[in-house]
Amino acid sequence: MNTVNTVNTPVTRAGEARWALSNAGALVGRSLRHITRSPEQLMLMLFLPTMLLLMFRYLFGGAIATGGMSYVNYVIAGNIAVSVTFNATATSVAVAGDMLEGIVERFRSMPVSSPAVLVGHVAASLARNLVSIAVMVGVGLLAGFRPVAGPGQWLAALGLLVLFTLGVSWIAVLLGVLAKTVEGASGLSMPLVFVPYVSSAFVPPGTMPEALRVIAENQPVTPMVDAVRALFLDQPVGDSAWLAVAWWGGLTLVAVPLAGVLFRRRSAPGSR
Amino acid sequence: MNGEHAIEVTGLRKAYGSVPVLDGIDLRVERGSMLALLGPNGAGKTTTVRILSTLLRPDAGTARVHGFDVERQAGAVRRSIGVTGQHTAVDGLLTGYENLVLMGRLFRLPGRAARSRATELLERFGLAEAASRQAKTYSGGMRRRLDLAISLIAAPPVLFLDEPTTGLDPRSRNAVWETVRELLTGGVTVLLTTQYLEEADQLADRVAVVDGGRIVADGTPARLKQQVGAELLELAFADPGAFHLAREILGQDGPRADERALRVSVAVEHPKDVRRILDLLAERGVDPDRLGVEKPTLDDVFLTLTGAHAGGGQ
Ligand SMILES: Nc1ncnc2c1ncn2[C@@H]1O[C@H](COP(=O)(O)OP(=O)(O)OP(=O)(O)O)[C@@H](O)[C@H]1O
Ligand SMILES: [Mg+2]
Repeated sequence: MNTVNTVNTPVTRAGEARWALSNAGALVGRSLRHITRSPEQLMLMLFLPTMLLLMFRYLFGGAIATGGMSYVNYVIAGNIAVSVTFNATATSVAVAGDMLEGIVERFRSMPVSSPAVLVGHVAASLARNLVSIAVMVGVGLLAGFRPVAGPGQWLAALGLLVLFTLGVSWIAVLLGVLAKTVEGASGLSMPLVFVPYVSSAFVPPGTMPEALRVIAENQPVTPMVDAVRALFLDQPVGDSAWLAVAWWGGLTLVAVPLAGVLFRRRSAPGSR
Repeated sequence: MNGEHAIEVTGLRKAYGSVPVLDGIDLRVERGSMLALLGPNGAGKTTTVRILSTLLRPDAGTARVHGFDVERQAGAVRRSIGVTGQHTAVDGLLTGYENLVLMGRLFRLPGRAARSRATELLERFGLAEAASRQAKTYSGGMRRRLDLAISLIAAPPVLFLDEPTTGLDPRSRNAVWETVRELLTGGVTVLLTTQYLEEADQLADRVAVVDGGRIVADGTPARLKQQVGAELLELAFADPGAFHLAREILGQDGPRADERALRVSVAVEHPKDVRRILDLLAERGVDPDRLGVEKPTLDDVFLTLTGAHAGGGQ
């Protein structure tokens, strides 16, 4: 208590990297801990996927024609997409809270590589979404979902979903950084939730009015959902997998540095 | 890390837009001592602390903390300081204990060291019982104490405390003072801002009064009180009539009057001033009931030195 610490100084570049990694580890732990403490995040993680699946399976399922395929088999990939975008709102809110309630400022006065806070939030988002996906598939199996994928196809589908989740999470982080109030953050990220609705998530785009069809066929959620669905059902994937990788890889590659730059600008000396 | 000053500030300037906030601040704080920064609301105390803790870039001037330049060696500065900001910043979803362990890990204390230090600090700040409760359930004062504990987690050699005891009850305030005294004994350097002049009087080796972005006075508390000069002659009267008359008579001496206590105080330089005042009153048939001579307090210093701007900030 009474002794003055000798200052821990990372002198080498490797030392710096280890320091940043250790910071990120601690902050991932922090964000993971938040999940179990936040009723909102728990709801989105567990209840939302269950409700989505049951609603689409039993409420709308009878009324939507999907060309021979059972509706639950058709819709589960789309439901996962909506669940991921819904969960993104919680990520935006958490990031905005850190930005606006002094936590980031505290980290900035400490020897912390502060963008590691964002890494923590994305890691927690990934964890929440993986649980959501597991819940969705589990409930789906009980409700008639009949996947016929082999292990390779499962892995490929999971890989695509992880990439999609990372992209959406970083976009959510970006919006959280931009928000001026914590409530504002959920408003900013709300439009994300609706993006999957105008895709092949719930109905084949062919059944849509012309303008919506054009949007649906050319937006990034459609190839992702199509590819995951095809992988689940052991059907030809076509170009959708590569398109999905290009879209979501590209969006992630844009969102990560942009979030970093905006984070620095929003929290950096002289900006406030 | 050489030199006997843990904090050295020269010609610090900062403006927000076109509004100057710091207008050339110079400060030196000796290693192992405490400087209290006093000043009215909006004087620039928090701005100074934010610059020294690398949160804000100055427009001009230099600042070194623990031997490191706050702009060019921000990383080294951050490893040497603990900061309790004016606004409490703790993680409400984590427990008090988890908050401390997290901050310890961010400073890369080994896990065991972080945990034992967390426990020790919770104990010290009277939070042991609340250790495993989420910080969002804490009262304002408890959160403040957790905030203080966090700033000590890595045993930093330099500590910045921006109004650390605002909102604390007297017992907690005493506990904080006690801790700060121990830290000072252990060689820690402390820069504290406060509105409680008693706090500065009790703890600080030196006091700097900031007003309008400049240091208007800097010295030991005793020296500053002397600078305000005069001792105060306190005259108490038995009835309102005598009180009002006395106030009128002494008007040109600039008396400070307390209407409810029927008390008037007048600055005096020499014993003979006391006789002159009593004579002046006696000529009009006014006799004080009681009288006493008091040393000025830091309150007097504060009010006298920052008079022109008092209430003008923010
Ligand atoms: N981000 C900002 N943008 C514009 N003006 C600012 C900003 N931050 C502070 N100021 C102004 O700078 C001046 C000094 O503020 P500062 O917070 O340093 O005062 P202070 O001495 O800490 O006051 P208090 O005793 O109220 O805490 C104030 O007039 C304030 O309005
Ligand atoms: Mg302040």
